[in-house]
Amino acid sequence: MTLLSVDLILGVCGLVVGAVALAIARDRTHPHRRGSAAFWGILAVVTGAGPWIPPAVVGYAVVVLAVLAAARAVEPPAFRGADPAELARRAAELGNRLLRPVLVVPAIAVAGGLILYRIRFGDLAVVTENQAAQVALGLGCLVGLGWALRTTRETPRTAVTEGGRLLQLIGWALVLPQALAALGGILGKAGVGEEIARLVAAALPVQDPFVAVLAYCAGMAVFTILFGNAFAAFPVMTLGIGLPFIVRAHGGDPAVMGALGMLSGYCGTLVTPMAANFNIVPVRLLELRGDFTVIRAQAPFAAAIWLFNVAVMYASVYAPGP
Amino acid sequence: MIKLLGIALVAIGLALRWNTLAVVLAAGVLSGLLAGFDLHEVMTLTGQYFVENRRVLLPVILMLPVVGVLERHGLQERVGHLIRRLEAASAGRILWIYQAVRGACSVVGLNIGNHASAIRPLIVPMAEAAAEKKHGALDERARTDLRAHAAASENVGNFFSDDIAVAVGALLIIDGFFRSAGVEVRLRDIQFWSLPTAGWVLLIGAWRYRALQRRLEAATRVDPPRGEGRTS
Repeated sequence: MTLLSVDLILGVCGLVVGAVALAIARDRTHPHRRGSAAFWGILAVVTGAGPWIPPAVVGYAVVVLAVLAAARAVEPPAFRGADPAELARRAAELGNRLLRPVLVVPAIAVAGGLILYRIRFGDLAVVTENQAAQVALGLGCLVGLGWALRTTRETPRTAVTEGGRLLQLIGWALVLPQALAALGGILGKAGVGEEIARLVAAALPVQDPFVAVLAYCAGMAVFTILFGNAFAAFPVMTLGIGLPFIVRAHGGDPAVMGALGMLSGYCGTLVTPMAANFNIVPVRLLELRGDFTVIRAQAPFAAAIWLFNVAVMYASVYAPGP
Repeated sequence: MIKLLGIALVAIGLALRWNTLAVVLAAGVLSGLLAGFDLHEVMTLTGQYFVENRRVLLPVILMLPVVGVLERHGLQERVGHLIRRLEAASAGRILWIYQAVRGACSVVGLNIGNHASAIRPLIVPMAEAAAEKKHGALDERARTDLRAHAAASENVGNFFSDDIAVAVGALLIIDGFFRSAGVEVRLRDIQFWSLPTAGWVLLIGAWRYRALQRRLEAATRVDPPRGEGRTS
């Protein structure tokens, strides 16, 4: 038992999303009032109370979310921006006080992550060590929100309106990372990864030490592109190609292989829409046109970093250790 | 081979620009059914993974109200105002410094920001103000280019330095995997071999942000103000 937990903070998240859903339901000018209110309402319940709902019910609820998204029922209304001159006037009025709530969030998140789990009241710990970082981040955001409302003399209602505006800009892409995690989990249970690794190993001459390195790094990148997650690709590719060919057949160093293999996977993360929280959510959040704009900017990074990883791995993995 | 149909569905759906959320979910259901689970089991798995992974929502949902309230009172304008006073600030330099600092903090296991808490409220307004001061108003294309690179600076800074500090996700996954596979590996070696790439991404960042900077200059040079600069 601990005083705070990630589930508790996620309960607060559920309340925030629930308040946004209610505000949408009451807004008669909203062009997709019913669909949007349903989407955010369901998400609020699943986020806040997820662990206490039967998993199959959550599964069907997620299907409803996807149907609403596909039916274009969760498109955001056209928000009109504030007048630039008015914004500049308000900015001049509050000055640097506007920055403090934004800066206090990482400060509390970092400090809290280091301290919170060490505090105990008798038998009662504040939070477990592995939840400390997330809980501290949540607390940081709540302190930041309180500070922001005080500085601007706004009410919590404004926080719901303005937070809701930004949430709706992101829209259904917000839950894409969770849907992808579900897909990845199911594919894992279905043994799809092993099948791919087997096909790659059969198709390429991995008896050659260089081809083995190339196939492993390419496999990490491609598998990550498909699944959106290098952590899912790592065990599959390492069992299928890395260990049998690089380590066992050619005597490669597993530490070199593991480190650079994972980093090759990250190059895949940079170029896949499947890594939605990294590549699609910012597109919405920064109000860019075209879901691939961030991916296009990252493609040269990915290519240059991947080639470097392959070169370093080939140069070092077969070298005799120190 | 039939197991791979779910992945094929994702590829087809993305190519035909169907709704990504629906495609991903359908691919999961299809893969589960093909693997011999019944619909109820597939829904149970879906719900279970969805709930287990819902903590990715936390930083976004709780940060957006903070950012939204402050933006209403001119947060982005204030950040821009501060940057315009710095002579040396340029969009490219700001993004490079953010990537480097993000990476450096990541090395020691500190997470200082993400797209919602740093890029939208701070880094994009800084970079845009610096660019507008140097090159004049940005058109739609230049602005998109700049913002996409701001998002990239967060991702690149975040990804390529976190194998170096102990007790961070990737390192533990690599170590745990080798342990369960019965392969002997020293944690220190995995950390050591993550270092070259962490240095390399700084060079690549410098290259990409300089290229961005040159495109921003070119975009504004096409259309010089009338009556100036042509005679010299």
